[in-house]
Amino acid sequence: MSKPKVAIFDFACCEGCQLQIVNLEEELLDLLTVVTPVEWREAMSESSADYDIAIIEGSITRPQDEERLKAIRAKAKVLIAMGACAAITGVNRLMNKFIEAGKATTYVYGPAANQPHLQSGKARAAHEIVKVDYKIHGCPIDNREFSAILRSLLAGKAPFIPTYPVCVECKQKGNICRYEYDEVCLGPVIRAGCGARCPSSGLWCFGCRGYAEEPNVKAALDVMDLYGKTMNDLRSRLDLFAGPEAESHDQKS
Amino acid sequence: MTKKVEINQAQRVINVHHVTRLEGHGNILLRMEGGRVQQIEWQVPEAPRFFEAMVRGQSWEDIQTIVSRICGICSVTHSLAAIKAIEDAMQIKVSEQTDRLRLLTHYAEHLESHVLHVGYLVAPDLLGVKSVVPLASSSPDLVKTVIRLHRLANKWMELLAGRMTHPVTFRPGGFLRLPSADDLKKLHEQLRDCIPDLDRLAQAVAGLKDKLPDFTRETEYVALKQKDDYTFYHGAIGSSDIPETLPVQQFESAVNEYVSPQSTAKWAKWHRASYAVGSLARYNLNGKYLRPRAGKLAAGLGLGGKNCNPFYNSLAQLVECFQVVEHALEIIDELLEKGIKTEKIMLKPRAGEGVGAIEAPRGILFHRYEFDRNGKCLKANLCIPTNQNHANIQKDFEAFVPQIIKRPAGEIQHLLEMLVRAYDPCISCSTH
Repeated sequence: MSKPKVAIFDFACCEGCQLQIVNLEEELLDLLTVVTPVEWREAMSESSADYDIAIIEGSITRPQDEERLKAIRAKAKVLIAMGACAAITGVNRLMNKFIEAGKATTYVYGPAANQPHLQSGKARAAHEIVKVDYKIHGCPIDNREFSAILRSLLAGKAPFIPTYPVCVECKQKGNICRYEYDEVCLGPVIRAGCGARCPSSGLWCFGCRGYAEEPNVKAALDVMDLYGKTMNDLRSRLDLFAGPEAESHDQKS
Repeated sequence: MTKKVEINQAQRVINVHHVTRLEGHGNILLRMEGGRVQQIEWQVPEAPRFFEAMVRGQSWEDIQTIVSRICGICSVTHSLAAIKAIEDAMQIKVSEQTDRLRLLTHYAEHLESHVLHVGYLVAPDLLGVKSVVPLASSSPDLVKTVIRLHRLANKWMELLAGRMTHPVTFRPGGFLRLPSADDLKKLHEQLRDCIPDLDRLAQAVAGLKDKLPDFTRETEYVALKQKDDYTFYHGAIGSSDIPETLPVQQFESAVNEYVSPQSTAKWAKWHRASYAVGSLARYNLNGKYLRPRAGKLAAGLGLGGKNCNPFYNSLAQLVECFQVVEHALEIIDELLEKGIKTEKIMLKPRAGEGVGAIEAPRGILFHRYEFDRNGKCLKANLCIPTNQNHANIQKDFEAFVPQIIKRPAGEIQHLLEMLVRAYDPCISCSTH
């Protein structure tokens, strides 16, 4: 591809990942020398139906959004799911049990709950609807990783996306383990690549990058045993971003 | 799929399907006939995410992690509103050091958000282009100034919040990773050194002020108020329509939220059909308490004692950039003088209900939560600044369109888009 055309589209999300692209500052100007942005509603007034790379931000929640995503996929040569909402459903997954129970609109809109324009389906990640070529993890994404992935792609190389857990990077930083503080940290099972930002700031990992590939659940359970924690302690925190895959990993171990 | 703008000259219909250069999805629909307005609507089709449902059943320790995701641009504000509400519910008191560090982080977000809005989203309108991209070559000095200020605000936020977006250093009861004295000294230098850049941005915008439409509509202005202070963080609910204030715990009787058929975000009204929140509202209520440089700029820009031109919200944002930097410098001096002390955060949850109110860059924000004795969230109610501005945008449209109706359709469309942009709406945030 010579100077590919890139379009960014947002669905149900906070648009914080797009902000990370803006936060590249001068590096964004550099990136613009190798790609041409043709549509990016949050930053530009131009629009286009002709693009090579489509970047999707946000989860898909309504039929009209599903149709929109399918139409984007049909036009794009490469489709990237950017950020936790698009890649793994992110915190939006928390709405799903309320949608299933028919309570979501009531809890939010009260007596107006049944009005047609307020209705929503469950939140889904992009790959549940269309083929996704690459995922950029995190909530929000790390903009240096975004830039590196885009550059690898343009160079025709497979981008480097860590498969190992956050604990690896956390140990490299020399942090004291959050379990030593009697906290529940998801570092042992969550995908690295963030530089263990949260544990380095004094907070547990809450799993925004989703599961590491083949997470070593056995080792994680050993850590928890050592500190008197159980899988139950982890579950509600895993629900925030990573979701129920833990159940299947749990059973496997 | 892409932005759809239909301008039907014969029937005079303007239909902007997703206004650009703003956060979230908003549409403008205007039908005109024989020089009169048939229909004018500000529509909000944003996908709801149901945050008030999402947090039910979640632990008090995870609430701020969840609700910061309401907004990518004001995640610090949402986290702080949640933390304040949790502390109110569980009767947790924090030290003065924690309070000051939080306010200092909050100011970083105000600077970041205002520079983003004025520099990246509004400046292209004033310079007659469609985005900041062509400005990189046509106005390189301005773009470089904006980039320097934006990066500084982000570095400031990263230092204190642990990340540029979605902070990880706030916890009920305290502040997790304390900055060192050296960190604060360096930040002080950087903030002091950014003032010439702020001056450059202010001069550039002041020089383009006449590009802002001359349109005024008096409305009710609502913001936090506290004695002798241009407050962003503490205080009670103030309104330009009443002399007294309302405790934040009673925010529902101020916002009076309702569902509009043209919006997935709730709308609000208090003493009139609509009210406005944000920089201009704060300026109108608390402008006389601005720090010297900020006050001087406000006077220089001609904001006056009270300003009712909604387009001037961007100018008020610029004034606030000075305000937060000036106050931040004072806070850092105080913190350095007292010395940063390590604090232990040892807390057990308790049952209760509480409210947190805070000024987001876009206006006053309210969070209410109820917890059981294990700290599990039972109920939540969140009222976002842009919720409170939607009805006011609609009312502005109704007043503004008749004044510009004789102009070409393309120009009407552009002016209405500029009007929406002036509010710096956070639409996905407002629908949450």
